[in-house]
Amino acid sequence: MNIIIKWYYRLGAPLWFYPLAGKLIPWVTALFLLFLIPGLYMGLVTAPADYQQGESFRIMYVHVPAAWMSMLVYFAMAIAAVVALVWRVRMAEIMIISSVPIGASFALIALLTGAFWGKPMWGAWWVWDARLTSELILLFIYLGILALYNAFEDKKTAGKAMSILTLVGVVNLPIIHYSVVWWNTLHQAATVTAFDKPSIHIDMLIPLLLMATAFKFLFLLVLLLKMRANLIEQDIHSGWVKKIIQDKQKLEENNHV
Amino acid sequence: MNTFLTLIKRDLVLAYRGRGEAFNSLIFFGLVILLFPIGISASEKLLSEIAPGLIWIAALLATMLSLDNLFKEDFQDGTLEQWAVSQHSLISFAWARLFSHWVITSVPLIIIAPLFALSLSLPTDAIGVLIVSLLLGTPLLTFIGGIGVALTTGLKKSSMLLPLLVLPFYIPVLIFGASAVDVAADGWSASGQLYILAGLFVLGITLAPFAVATSLKVSVSQ
Repeated sequence: MNIIIKWYYRLGAPLWFYPLAGKLIPWVTALFLLFLIPGLYMGLVTAPADYQQGESFRIMYVHVPAAWMSMLVYFAMAIAAVVALVWRVRMAEIMIISSVPIGASFALIALLTGAFWGKPMWGAWWVWDARLTSELILLFIYLGILALYNAFEDKKTAGKAMSILTLVGVVNLPIIHYSVVWWNTLHQAATVTAFDKPSIHIDMLIPLLLMATAFKFLFLLVLLLKMRANLIEQDIHSGWVKKIIQDKQKLEENNHV
Repeated sequence: MNTFLTLIKRDLVLAYRGRGEAFNSLIFFGLVILLFPIGISASEKLLSEIAPGLIWIAALLATMLSLDNLFKEDFQDGTLEQWAVSQHSLISFAWARLFSHWVITSVPLIIIAPLFALSLSLPTDAIGVLIVSLLLGTPLLTFIGGIGVALTTGLKKSSMLLPLLVLPFYIPVLIFGASAVDVAADGWSASGQLYILAGLFVLGITLAPFAVATSLKVSVSQ
């Protein structure tokens, strides 16, 4: 790659990314609420109660999107890791480290809501079911990446090491998932779940899809906020951050006057 | 190829001269196994039931902990840096180092494992499968663990970090390794598990050195 372009991506990107992300945030928030409010209303009010599980199935509208997102975030991170390692794009590294806590939170939410759902349905907070176990392993992989990043003082090295580990993880995740499924079928009688119905009623499906879309915008929203925060934190001594602070101060002084 | 053999020979000679160290992970392996009858129960029936998983977990922990100083000395005295700037590939360096490390620490462990298996009253029919599963599994543990070690080599304090990075990726190996022995102890054929383990073995020893070499490059350029 041309050295100037490379330099631009390394150093220049925050200059346009920071204000652009600032402009996008209100729009993404609006889209998030646009899907969240009808999704929650339909999910909690208009969707019919399940004939077996009664009202408690409604936790699905948080549980399932969170579980989907925990995986989607990882794949987004893996793509960013390739970009970071091949083209040395710094913004991709920022994107990964900003995504890790979000993905870990989604995995944790999926596990906690799963426990709350499991207690009335299975009679236990936790069962060593294949999906639960691989979700837990995914959470640990997220936490491992976070621990590795935080262990480095130099954030440039940290970004590279983290990208490599993310890629190692994406190769291993399918292997881990299928071996856990295999382990589960071998060691346990299949857990009887009320959820394994072949189809889901359309009135229940629509709020689920709305919530899943809302969660995607939620991820985007938190990601933009986190990326901005991480950029400011890392570049605290560089010119463009100082300029932003000065502009803010000027604005406040004017307001006082 | 020549440099590769030289590297392995150098590592083996060095290990032979400092023989004491190679025993450390063996002693650790024995101690971990000793903890289970004391902590859980010395009942023969229970022990023979949990023996496959127990031996595998002990082998896994012993392998992982032995990895800690895999590249540390070479990193500190600059050998690694010389390798990185020389015309030789870091991949073959990583491969040779991982392989000789496996020979030094895991082979004695595999030789001694049947003794511990007998002390836990694992059925004698399962011992052959135990050895084969360890032969296929421990190189994988070394090679996957090598990625974690290479990533943390440049760090000053990394002792708690390595298990966090590596253990999630050890899970498939543990599942198939322990299950192969478990199935053999119940008198069934363990070939399915061993085939999958062999597949993972091939995947691990071909792909992991690339990740190790890239991570080493990152650690050196720090």
